[in-house]
Amino acid sequence: MTYDVAIIGAGIVGCFLARELSQYNLNVIVLEKDNDVGNEASMANSAIVHSGYDPIENTLKAKLNVLGNAMFDKICEELDVKFSRIGSLTLAFNEKEVETLKMLQQRAFNNGVDVEILTYEQIKQIEPFVNENVKAGLYAKTAGIVDPFNLCIHAMENAIDNGVTLILNENINKIIKENDLFILNNKYQSKVVINCAGINADEINNLVNKETFKIISRKGQYYVLNHFKDEFVKHTLFMVPSDKGKGVLISPTTSGNYLIGPSAEETNKFSKSTDLKTLDEVAKQANLMVDKIPYYQTIRTFAGLRATPSTHDFIIQESDTKNFINVAGIESPGLTSSPAIAKMVVEEIISKMLPLTKKENYNPKIKKYIKIKELTLDEKKKMFAIDKDYGTIICKCEQVSLGEIKDCLSRSCPPHSIKALKKRLRVGFGKCQGGMCQAEALSVLAKFYKVDKKDIMYDNLNSYILYSKTKGEN
Amino acid sequence: MQEYEVVVIGGGSAGLAAALSAYENGLNKILIIEKNSSLGGILNQCIHTGFGIHVFNEQLSGPEYAQRFIDKLDNTSIEIKLNSYVTKIDKDKTIYYSNDAEGFQVIKAKSIIMATGCIERTPGAIKLEGERLSGILTAGLAQRYLNIEGYLVGKKVFILGSGDIGLIMARRMTLEGAKVLGVAEIMPYSNGLRRNIAQCLEDFNIPLYLSHTVKEVKGKDHVEQVVICQVDENKNYILGSEKTFDVDTLILSVGLLPYNNVLEDLGVQMSSTKGAVVDENYQTSIEGIFACGNALHVHDLVDYVTKEAMQAGLGASRYVKGLLKHGKYIETKNKNGINYVVPQKFCLQNIDKEIMFKFRVTKPFQNVKILIQDGDRTIKSIKKMFLLPSEMENISLNLSELKDCKSLSIEIMED
Repeated sequence: MTYDVAIIGAGIVGCFLARELSQYNLNVIVLEKDNDVGNEASMANSAIVHSGYDPIENTLKAKLNVLGNAMFDKICEELDVKFSRIGSLTLAFNEKEVETLKMLQQRAFNNGVDVEILTYEQIKQIEPFVNENVKAGLYAKTAGIVDPFNLCIHAMENAIDNGVTLILNENINKIIKENDLFILNNKYQSKVVINCAGINADEINNLVNKETFKIISRKGQYYVLNHFKDEFVKHTLFMVPSDKGKGVLISPTTSGNYLIGPSAEETNKFSKSTDLKTLDEVAKQANLMVDKIPYYQTIRTFAGLRATPSTHDFIIQESDTKNFINVAGIESPGLTSSPAIAKMVVEEIISKMLPLTKKENYNPKIKKYIKIKELTLDEKKKMFAIDKDYGTIICKCEQVSLGEIKDCLSRSCPPHSIKALKKRLRVGFGKCQGGMCQAEALSVLAKFYKVDKKDIMYDNLNSYILYSKTKGEN
Repeated sequence: MQEYEVVVIGGGSAGLAAALSAYENGLNKILIIEKNSSLGGILNQCIHTGFGIHVFNEQLSGPEYAQRFIDKLDNTSIEIKLNSYVTKIDKDKTIYYSNDAEGFQVIKAKSIIMATGCIERTPGAIKLEGERLSGILTAGLAQRYLNIEGYLVGKKVFILGSGDIGLIMARRMTLEGAKVLGVAEIMPYSNGLRRNIAQCLEDFNIPLYLSHTVKEVKGKDHVEQVVICQVDENKNYILGSEKTFDVDTLILSVGLLPYNNVLEDLGVQMSSTKGAVVDENYQTSIEGIFACGNALHVHDLVDYVTKEAMQAGLGASRYVKGLLKHGKYIETKNKNGINYVVPQKFCLQNIDKEIMFKFRVTKPFQNVKILIQDGDRTIKSIKKMFLLPSEMENISLNLSELKDCKSLSIEIMED
């Protein structure tokens, strides 16, 4: 079959592109190298919906950040994704940084973002945890936090519900163009190709075009703190940005956890390793903002790779090869910008390549997910009457039931691995990190897919958990 | 609403002993709520022997030890709910649990015994350096996969941490055909029982690298290499001492943490052990709520868990019968060389004959005295040839020794 559009990469940009295209009468295929969608930078980032005060005026970053931010309320409602406009505070510690805040305030005005500069006393009123040496802060009310995992997953689920095809574990290493058609990996034919391969977007581009840009991999390391009962920060706290990026932040997440990070180190494109030296440095920076960070609540450390473009701005354009579109270098504020990027690519670029007619039966919503933990007792009892599996709690730390896992498995973008399940439902996301429930979760997956337990992977296809059976045949 | 005299949360070694003790001490309306499909808790995956030396005077496997208690339940009125998980407890001792038979249930209890056990410290908690890969597992999880599910997690194994489960797994995986290349321990001494070092490592020629830790884990999707490095007394790497092992598995045995999500939500006062602060009857800061076993503090031997849980069961029965007196609490203080003491406080009026104090030392000691004092008065002084942090110490004091006691501290006296 010949597709109208082939999307390379199912990160947040690929997922929103798929969803945006799924409202039209087009055959769309998404080709993803990993065993799940949203499996690279889209899942390892600060999970912030930036307000847009920070990108330099008249860049794509500035324009798409602001447009994207405004789209989140509706999108997260339609896609049943946790999102909260908690506001951000960018903290200045000296007069020079206060001057920078004033510059950023002007930039925010130019970008169309509503911000105000608060004094230390005013900050203390809304964010009592900040240190006393804070001089002033730039308060951006429209900044928010989002569940980045399910933003990708639900966007793709919605796209698939509306007719898009997703192929996982398909690493694109060959693209040829014949008679105005692209043939990818000798298997998939498409009229239009969108390259949104994140960190690998330059390599994908080079399969078709001359090298016109490079993607530099910049690693960011983070701490994840558990959710806990005591009060802690309520806003996203930023340092004043420098040439290295937005610097270290402290932020609540939509799941009640806290993120502290990231670092910024140029690395190769493969390593997502963490190291104590860098994490200590992150802690040192974060402690400048809040000195009472409960690091003993750390449940995980991780690293993500930002796709930093050599051009310093998002690359969103048709390439030298006709009908081959690059959407590359989508570093911060990429997550925030992604819905606006998708809209721009479809309306401004693809509309000139393909006829866009709207599907009659397009549904922008997905079926709401049941979250047993968040229901009242009566609501829980109602769910149990529908399916007894809602009464069996599999993940103890996060209180996720078997019924929720089964519902998730029945969806159109279901989890195939332990990590994919974790991203969707938080199974194994808590204090024990799966120590108590991983074996049960693995059994549920094996049973559902009718495979042996050792065929259930942790993440990608070679990431086995069980090596061999000790008794009987292997 | 169903009402019980005592609801025991957790049906492992602590929960079983606590429930049986409450029954033997005169309570009838007793319920055990267990999250798994069978009683026995983590004992079910501990198929090695070494359990029961103090309680039964014989060496049993984990499942055998558990079965001794499960068998006793038959002749009692103790009710059991399996596959049931408690998600919330209110201060008035309302308990919320669910399972696939009854759905979401709410019951009342006159008293509650928390016997929820512990979890393993994770790679995240120790900020393990290197890649996030499959093939990095905690020892208990690997043990479950091997002994319950029948799967080996790898063929070439390195172990970080010399905790007992890691040592047991070194032997177990070796017997199952895996090659264990070594165990790294960041401290200059082992964190496992002496007998496990001998029987699980030395007997199988598995090297133990003291003052070493994992500096990096390498691989693409699955573990391919582990780099260990020696550390100095401040746990800083001694660069140049790195050793690389080609392995497919890294097992972590880096400590256990009492698991008390529900108690923490309830707002019970917690201690440095990550368990609740308890008194002589193992009662927490909320009257009628008791805690025991590894949920209270991590034990070295299950026999001691059983004994502690029996005390908690007795305490709960006394509470229900209105026999617990409200006297003045005396705090127990851990001083030089002592990591913690359980119970953290006691009321003399509620002690019949004697009280057992349990504690661990902060580091290994040789030829020292354990000094128990009431202010300047020495209550007891016990000579010890060896003291290790991996081994829990028990000291009993009788009422006559505690007469007129105003305070109590335990410390190590070095020469």
